[in-house]
Amino acid sequence: MAEPTRMDAVTRRTILKGMAGAAGLISIPAIIAACSSPAASTAPSAAAPSAAAPSAAAPSAAAASAATGSVTFGSNYSNKDTDTKAMQAVVDAFTKKTGIAVKVNTVDHNTFQDQISPYLQGTPDDVFTWFAGYRMRFFADQGLATDLSDLWTKIGSNFSDAFKASSTGNDGKQYFVPFYNYPWVVIYRKSVFADKGYTVPTTWADFKTLATKMKADGLTPLAFGDKDGWPAMGTFDILNMRVNGYKYHIELMKGAQKWTDPKTAAVFTAWKELLPFNGDIAAALGRTWQDTANLLVQKKAGMYFLGTFAGQQATAQADHDDLDFFPFPTLGTEFDSELGIDAPIDGFMLTAKSPTLAADKDAALAFLEYLSSGPAQITFLVANPNSVAAGNDADTSGYSAFQKKSAEIIGGSKAIAQFLDRDTDPGFAKQMQSFLQTWLTNPDQDMTAYLKSIQDFWDSLGIS
Amino acid sequence: MTAVAEERVVPREAVVAKKRGIRPGRVALHAFLIFISLLWLFPLLWTVYTSLRPYGDTAKNGYVSIASSLSLDNYFNAWDQGNIPQFFFNTIVILVPAVIIVLLLASAIAFAVSRFSFKFNLFLLMLFTAGNLLPAQVIITPLYRMYLVLPLPAPLSTNGVWYDQYFGIMAIHIAFQLGFCTFVLSNYMKTLPKELTEAALVDGASVFRTYWQVILPLCKPPLAALATLEFTFIYNDFFWALVLMFTGNKRPITSALNNLQGQFFSDNNLLAAGAIIIAAPTLIVYFILQRQFIRGLTLGSTKG
Amino acid sequence: MAVSTNAAGAPRRRRRFSILTRQDKLVLGLAVGIPAFIHIFLVWVPTISSIFLSFTSWNGIGGLERIKFVGIDNYVNMFTRYPPFWPALQHNLVWLLTFLFIATPIGIFFAVLLDKNIRGTRIYQSAIYLPVVLSLAIVGFIWQLQYAPEEGVLNNVIHNFFPNMGTISWLGDKNINLAAVLVAASWRHIGYIMVLYLAGLKSVDPSLREAAAIDGASERQTFFRVVLPVLKPINVVILVITIIESLRAFDIVYVINKGQNGLELLSVLITQNIAGESSRVGFGSALAVILLLISVGPIIVFLTRTFEAPE
Repeated sequence: MAEPTRMDAVTRRTILKGMAGAAGLISIPAIIAACSSPAASTAPSAAAPSAAAPSAAAPSAAAASAATGSVTFGSNYSNKDTDTKAMQAVVDAFTKKTGIAVKVNTVDHNTFQDQISPYLQGTPDDVFTWFAGYRMRFFADQGLATDLSDLWTKIGSNFSDAFKASSTGNDGKQYFVPFYNYPWVVIYRKSVFADKGYTVPTTWADFKTLATKMKADGLTPLAFGDKDGWPAMGTFDILNMRVNGYKYHIELMKGAQKWTDPKTAAVFTAWKELLPFNGDIAAALGRTWQDTANLLVQKKAGMYFLGTFAGQQATAQADHDDLDFFPFPTLGTEFDSELGIDAPIDGFMLTAKSPTLAADKDAALAFLEYLSSGPAQITFLVANPNSVAAGNDADTSGYSAFQKKSAEIIGGSKAIAQFLDRDTDPGFAKQMQSFLQTWLTNPDQDMTAYLKSIQDFWDSLGIS
Repeated sequence: MTAVAEERVVPREAVVAKKRGIRPGRVALHAFLIFISLLWLFPLLWTVYTSLRPYGDTAKNGYVSIASSLSLDNYFNAWDQGNIPQFFFNTIVILVPAVIIVLLLASAIAFAVSRFSFKFNLFLLMLFTAGNLLPAQVIITPLYRMYLVLPLPAPLSTNGVWYDQYFGIMAIHIAFQLGFCTFVLSNYMKTLPKELTEAALVDGASVFRTYWQVILPLCKPPLAALATLEFTFIYNDFFWALVLMFTGNKRPITSALNNLQGQFFSDNNLLAAGAIIIAAPTLIVYFILQRQFIRGLTLGSTKG
Repeated sequence: MAVSTNAAGAPRRRRRFSILTRQDKLVLGLAVGIPAFIHIFLVWVPTISSIFLSFTSWNGIGGLERIKFVGIDNYVNMFTRYPPFWPALQHNLVWLLTFLFIATPIGIFFAVLLDKNIRGTRIYQSAIYLPVVLSLAIVGFIWQLQYAPEEGVLNNVIHNFFPNMGTISWLGDKNINLAAVLVAASWRHIGYIMVLYLAGLKSVDPSLREAAAIDGASERQTFFRVVLPVLKPINVVILVITIIESLRAFDIVYVINKGQNGLELLSVLITQNIAGESSRVGFGSALAVILLLISVGPIIVFLTRTFEAPE
C-alpha cells in the first residue's frame, strides 16, 4: 500500500473547520426557522418547526378566511376500492353543501395508526380519522386533540348516551365525533343452517351442542384465524363481558383490576371449552381474518365470531345475502342482561397542532358537524354496507337486512365496548396479541404463571 | 535446479492422467450444479409463473396446476391499481441524488485520506467502517426523534421538519452508506501511485483539480462498481422509509410492498406481479452490470 | 529524506515547504469535514443517544424536558417482565448459528465447486447469486407463496406424495416458522457468501495449488491444508459479514407477519417500541443497546483485522 504523500500535514484544525463548515450549512435553516418562528419557546416540543414554514406546510389554507376556506383531513380509509371512494363522496357532498374545500390525505390504514403519535405532534391535518375509547382519551390527555364540547352542545342530541360516553375524555369534555360502528357477532350462512337443520343458539350450552353437531357433520364449527394477532381479542372481550360484566372488563383494561384475579382466569377457563371447535390452532395462527372468513363463505366452517366487516369477503351478492348473524351466547351469569358487546366506533377528532388550525377552525368544525349527521354517514356506508351509522337522524330505510340487524343488536345492548386494542394502552394491547397467541398454542399451561406474566408486563409499563 | 526439473517430469504425467480420469466426476458435478441452480431459481420462477396466471384460473384450479391461460393482465392491473409509477418516481427522487452525493462525498474523503496524511486519518476510517456495520435498528430510536424536530426549509420539506420527506430518507442513506463507499474507495485509491498527486500538485494544480481531473477519472472501476451496488442497496431498502416516512404515496417502491400487501391481500397473482415489477429494476441492473456488482462486493470485503 | 525520481529519471528534490495553498487546505478540510459530519451526525450521534436514552423513560410525546431518568429499570423490565425479549434473543442466536454453521459453509462449498474452470460456471454463479439482488422484503413475499398452507407449492408437493399428512402451517406454527424463514434467508445469504469467497479463491496464488497437486495432495487436502490458511483474512471477513447479516435480519419477518408468534427478533422489538401509538422510547433504546453490544464484538474484530499493519 502506497503511503500517503506527506505534503503538508493537514492539521486537525483544518478538519474541524471543515466539519464546522458542514455544521454551519445545516444550522442555517435552523437559524432561519428560529428567527421567523414567533413563540417557539411555549411549544411543548423542543423546536417548533411547524410555525416556521407556514406557507409551505399549509397547502390550500394560505389565504383561508373563517367560514369559507378549507380544511385538511388526514384519513386512514385506504381501501381504494371501497373506503377511499366513499370518503371522497362524503367530502364532495360537504363541499357542495357549504362551499368549503377539503384536502384529503389518505394514508395506509395500519401505518396511520402506527405513526399516529408523531403525526399528531408534528404537523398534522386539521381533522383526522380515529377511534373511540382509551386511544382517543390518551391523545386528548396529551393535549394533542382539541376540545369539541361546544360542538357537542349542537350535535349531542343526535347520539345515544352510549355514543356520547364513548366520545368523552377523562376530563369530562368531548373530543370525538362518532361516524359509524359495527358489532362483533357470530356470523353464519343461512343456507348451511337450513340444510343441516341447525337452529340459532342463545345459551352457552346450546352453542356448544350445536358446535359438536357441526363437527360431526364435517364442518369447522367456529372458524378462527389469528395471524393478525388482534382477532383473538374479540373472543377475550366477549367472554370477559359475559363472565365478569362490562364494568370489570373496562376496569381490567384500565388497570383497575388485575390479570391475576381469579375472575380473569375464569375467562380463559371458559375459552378453553371453545378451542376444540376452532379446528387446528396452529393453522389458525397462520390465517388472516380474510382467509378465515373465506372458509365461512365457502361453507367449510359453520360459524365465525368477528365484526360484521367479515361480510366484505362475501363478494358475490348471493353469498352476502345468505349471511346472517346472532349475538354471542349468554353464559348464564348475572351479566347476561347487559348483552355486552364489542361495537367499536370509528369517527373523527380535531387535532391541536395542525399548522392551519387557527385559520381553518370554523371550517373544520363545520366539517365535523356535517360528519356527525346521518346523511354523511349514510353516504359513506354505501361503500361499507357492513356497518351502521352512529347518528340518530340517519335514514335507515335504505339499510340492508344485515345493517338493520346490526343496528338492532347494538341498540339492544346496554354495554358497548370498543374492542381490547382500543380500550387499553396501545403498547399493552400490542403485547396482548403475543400473550393470547402464546396461550392459544398452549392452553394447558400454568395459568398462575401465565397471568402473572401479563400482570407483570402491565406493571412494567408504569400506567397505573 | 536441474534436479528439481527432472523430478517434475514424472509427477506431471500422473497429474494429467488424473485429470482425464475425472470425467465421470465432472458429469456428476455438472448434474449437481444444474440441480442446485434450478432449485435456486425455482422460487422466483414460480412467482413469475403465478403472476402470469389470471385470478380466475388459479381460483378454479388452485395455484399448483398447469395454467389454462397466461396473460400479462396482472402486470397491467398491479401497475395501475398499485400506483406503481408514483412509487418508482419516489424511488428515483431519493435514489439518484443519494447515489451521486454519496459517491462524491466518499471519493472526496477517500482522496483526502489516502493522499494526505493527518492525525486522525485512521480513526476516521475506522469510524466509517464501523458505522457501515451497525444494524439500522440500533440508531432508529433517536434518529426518529431527531427527524421529528430537525428543521428543514420549504423547498425541501413540506412540513418543516426532516420527517416524512424525501430529503430525510436521502440523508440517512447517504450517511449510512458513506462508510462502505469510503472504505472501498480509500482502499482503491491507496493503490494509485502517489507520484500522480505529487506531480499534479507540483505542477501547480489545486487540490480540487487534482481530485477532479487526476484521481477521480482513474477511479472509474470502483465508482462504477459502487454505483451499481449502491443502486441496489438503496433501492432494496425497506426499513428507513417504513419508519421515517408517513405518507404512503411518498414511499419508495420497496417499502410500498407493505402497502400493496395490505391492498391486494387476497389476490396472490396480483401481488406476485407487483413483486416482480418491484424486483425488475434490480434484476435488470444485475444482468447488465453483473461484473460491476460482484466487483463492488468483493472490493468492499477484501483488502486490495 | 529519500530522493524520488520522476519519469525522465532525473532526480527531483522534495520540497520542504508546503505547496498547498490556503484554498487547498480549505478544500481538504471540507472534503473530510462534510462527509465526516454527516456520518457522525446521522449515525454516531444517534448511537450514543441510544445509550443515554436507554436509562430514561419517555413516551415520545412532548419535548426533551419530559424525559425521565429511570436508571436501569428498562433493562430490568426487559429481562424480567417483557415476554418477547428472551424468545427474540434466542431467535437471533438461532439465526446466527444457522448462518454460521449451515448457510455460510454451503456458500463456501459452492464457491469451491465453482472455482474450477468448468464450463457454464458463470451461469451457475448467476443463478445462485440472483437472490442477493432482491430485497429481503421481496424474498419474504416470494417465499410466502411457497409456504402458503393451502395454495403453496411446498404443501401441494408434499400432499402429492404423502396424502395423509395434515396441512403444515409453515409460517403459522411457531415451532417451525423460524426454520422456514431461515431457509428463505439462507437462499439469499448463500449466494452472497459464495461470491465473496469466489473472489477470495481467485486471489489465491495458483502456484500454491500446483505445488500441492504435484506433491500428491488430493483436492480436499489441498483445500483444507493449503488454501484455507492462505485465505485467513477472507475468512475473517466472511465470518464478520455472516454475523452482521444475521443481526440485521428484519425485513423478511416483518413482511411475513410483522415479527410475532415465533418470528420475534430484537430488531423488530426495537421498531415496535418506538413507532407506535404509545412509543416507549427509553425501553426501545435499551433494546437497541443490547443489539449494539452484540454487534460490537464482530465490528471490533473486523476493524482490528482490516486496519492492522500489513504483514
